[in-house]
Amino acid sequence: MSPLLDVRNLRVAFATDGGPVTAVHDVSFTVQPGEVLAIVGESGSGKSVSLLSVLGLVDRRRTVVEGQATFRGEPILNLSERVLRRIRGREIALISQDPMTALTPVHRIGDQIAEQIRAHERVSRQAARDRAVSLLRDVNIPMPERAVDRYPHELSGGMRQRAVIAMALSCNPALLVADEPTTALDTTVQAQVLDMLRRLSAQHDSSVVLITHDMGVVAEMATRVAVMYAGRIVETGTVAELFDDPWHPYTWGLLDSIPPLTGARPRRLPSIAGMPPPPGRTEPGCPFAPRCRAAMPVCYLPPPEQVAGGHRALCVLDAPARAALRPPRVAA
Amino acid sequence: MTATPLIEARALTREFVLRRSWLPGSGQVLRAVDRVDLAVHKGETLGLVGESGSGKSTLGRCLTRLIETTDGSVVFDGQDVTRLRARGLRPFRRSVQMIFQDPSSSLNPRRRVGDILSEPLAVHGIRPAREVPGRLRELMDLVGLPAAALDRFPHEFSGGQRQRIGIARALAMEPRLIVADEPVSALDVSVQAQVVNLFADLRERLSLTYLFIAHDLGVVRQVSTRVAIMYLGSVMETGETDTVFDSPAHPYTEALLSAIPVPVADPAARRRRILLKGEIPNAANPPKGCKFVTRCPYAQDVCRAQRPELRPLTDGRLVACHFPRAALFASGAVLA
Ligand SMILES: Nc1ncnc2c1ncn2[C@@H]1O[C@H](COP(=O)(O)OP(=O)(O)OP(=O)(O)O)[C@@H](O)[C@H]1O
Ligand SMILES: Nc1ncnc2c1ncn2[C@@H]1O[C@H](COP(=O)(O)OP(=O)(O)O)[C@@H](O)[C@H]1O
Ligand code: SF4
Ligand code: SF4
Ligand SMILES: [Mg+2]
Ligand SMILES: [Mg+2]
Repeated sequence: MSPLLDVRNLRVAFATDGGPVTAVHDVSFTVQPGEVLAIVGESGSGKSVSLLSVLGLVDRRRTVVEGQATFRGEPILNLSERVLRRIRGREIALISQDPMTALTPVHRIGDQIAEQIRAHERVSRQAARDRAVSLLRDVNIPMPERAVDRYPHELSGGMRQRAVIAMALSCNPALLVADEPTTALDTTVQAQVLDMLRRLSAQHDSSVVLITHDMGVVAEMATRVAVMYAGRIVETGTVAELFDDPWHPYTWGLLDSIPPLTGARPRRLPSIAGMPPPPGRTEPGCPFAPRCRAAMPVCYLPPPEQVAGGHRALCVLDAPARAALRPPRVAA
Repeated sequence: MTATPLIEARALTREFVLRRSWLPGSGQVLRAVDRVDLAVHKGETLGLVGESGSGKSTLGRCLTRLIETTDGSVVFDGQDVTRLRARGLRPFRRSVQMIFQDPSSSLNPRRRVGDILSEPLAVHGIRPAREVPGRLRELMDLVGLPAAALDRFPHEFSGGQRQRIGIARALAMEPRLIVADEPVSALDVSVQAQVVNLFADLRERLSLTYLFIAHDLGVVRQVSTRVAIMYLGSVMETGETDTVFDSPAHPYTEALLSAIPVPVADPAARRRRILLKGEIPNAANPPKGCKFVTRCPYAQDVCRAQRPELRPLTDGRLVACHFPRAALFASGAVLA
């Protein structure tokens, strides 16, 4: 199966007052039709920039984007703004953490969805409005016939995010990029929105790239995962590979430092010492080395890639070394 | 527990009058905290949980006397402090410290860390001048920062380090109670674990008492000896941490726990998800009867007619529900 989105050796650098800063280093990933790829990592690790630069949503005058990216086999990195705008919205839709980035405060919700539909399809005003109502119904907004006439500020945060999802799905996009779509929502509302996102993306046959910092959200939503650290994908694999047999010491740290909801409460949480490197770090070695409990002198050289099928990690530790440091957990 | 609680809310109520004209119901009274009774005992960590708008911060601010209480009282170590002012309030101000989610907004960006920390020592006359430098190094050591940090400015630190400075500033007052409002919510998970551990270490070393406000149930379970779950200004359930997490009695607690995405690949290892209908109602216009009735999967007519009071179960916890979860009855716990 040829991938829907194929990103190879992506590098993104921003012009800053202190000179160029590379935010994304040599990142490669694919999105297959129908899959949910989660990109997980701490704040500042480069998750958003990796996707937004591919979609042409970074400021071109202040950003250098290098590498290759194809969507349905066609290169997309150097397309004109006009062509890109047509692809975004019709074939690729974006949902961000703050629904207000996609909504205009001065227009009614229904008009905004209808306008989005009419920008990409030739349908009458009335037909677009009817579609808006049915989309709002699909995302479980109560009384959708009345909700179409509401302004964004008249809806709660959860409702607004649903409206944005309705808008994103209005054109049956092949790819949905959701950047922390539920981070600003409460737990019970997040559960509703994730459930809906999963149901509708399957129904519309859309692939999803889900950007999140929450390993719980990854486990529930994704088929495959890419873990980012300091602008690099340090590990990638299926959800089962990543959660049942993580390879990279950073992934170990991420998983171990989550306080458990059941079972014994550890007296202290395992934590990763130190903090992520500042952006723009240029040392060639493993970026995690200063915090890694397994670091050794060779780690200050560029780390090799460990590979077994689709499971990959950017780390010097091979299978026996990993097993000695962190025996794989047997499912309880 | 019969000993005098360190701090207590007694029928504490805080109302706000809504003024922003575009909001529906402007001029309406919003009861952010609604006749809450809650005690924090010496040496314990009470975790206060609830979704946004449930009144956690407002309750914390009333208890620390950062804002006025509309009705009811705040009792600290047996003394009613609700209406104390100026001089009378000084010992309380020193004994009770608050830590916030975003430490940068409460740290003066133009002052060095050393100056930020020595100010409260001077203002409250906590240490004679000659002891201040030693005390500052001690504080840095307590929160795991190098003494060199004293000469730097807040913006030179990461979020996790700034939170350590915020904690050091609270400790400078040698408080008995720390009210921490979402102190780790802004931190990434690996740094969050470090700060959660720091809270636990400090409690042991300095025999502190905490009211720990957070919306992350995993964090709350990790730090708390007891928990209270709030919804629309009311406490819905309170009890020992393990009791509440292992077998929630209130339908809201049960749904909240079931809604947390769990970081395991095997779907069988998860709780059965209870997807609630609808969203949290407008706090200015809460449902009649039980406040959870619009979303509760087990609601009956009586729930719409009559608001359930917080009352004890035989296992010692308190729950405000006409029909505490049936699983409990099987385990032998019933309304006392
Ligand atoms: N316009 C910009 N100019 C300069 N640096 C930028 C810009 N946008 C992002 N960066 C930097 O790029 C790095 C990655 O940013 P990005 O927003 O992708 O991270 P993220 O992982 O999505 O973080 P968060 O979870 O906080 O959104 C960060 O160091 C960030 O400061
Ligand atoms: N200054 C204020 N004016 C009006 N309403 C307020 C004010 N402060 C808080 N509220 C309202 O009180 C309720 C509880 O708020 P808060 O204590 O901040 O909740 P939490 O901390 O649990 O998010 C919310 O509905 C909030 O909108
Ligand atoms: S390469 Fe070395 S420092 Fe980097 S994660 Fe692997 S063991 Fe740790
Ligand atoms: S009192 Fe009724 S509506 Fe309220 S939580 Fe209990 S069962 Fe649900
Ligand atoms: Mg981001
Ligand atoms: Mg709050």
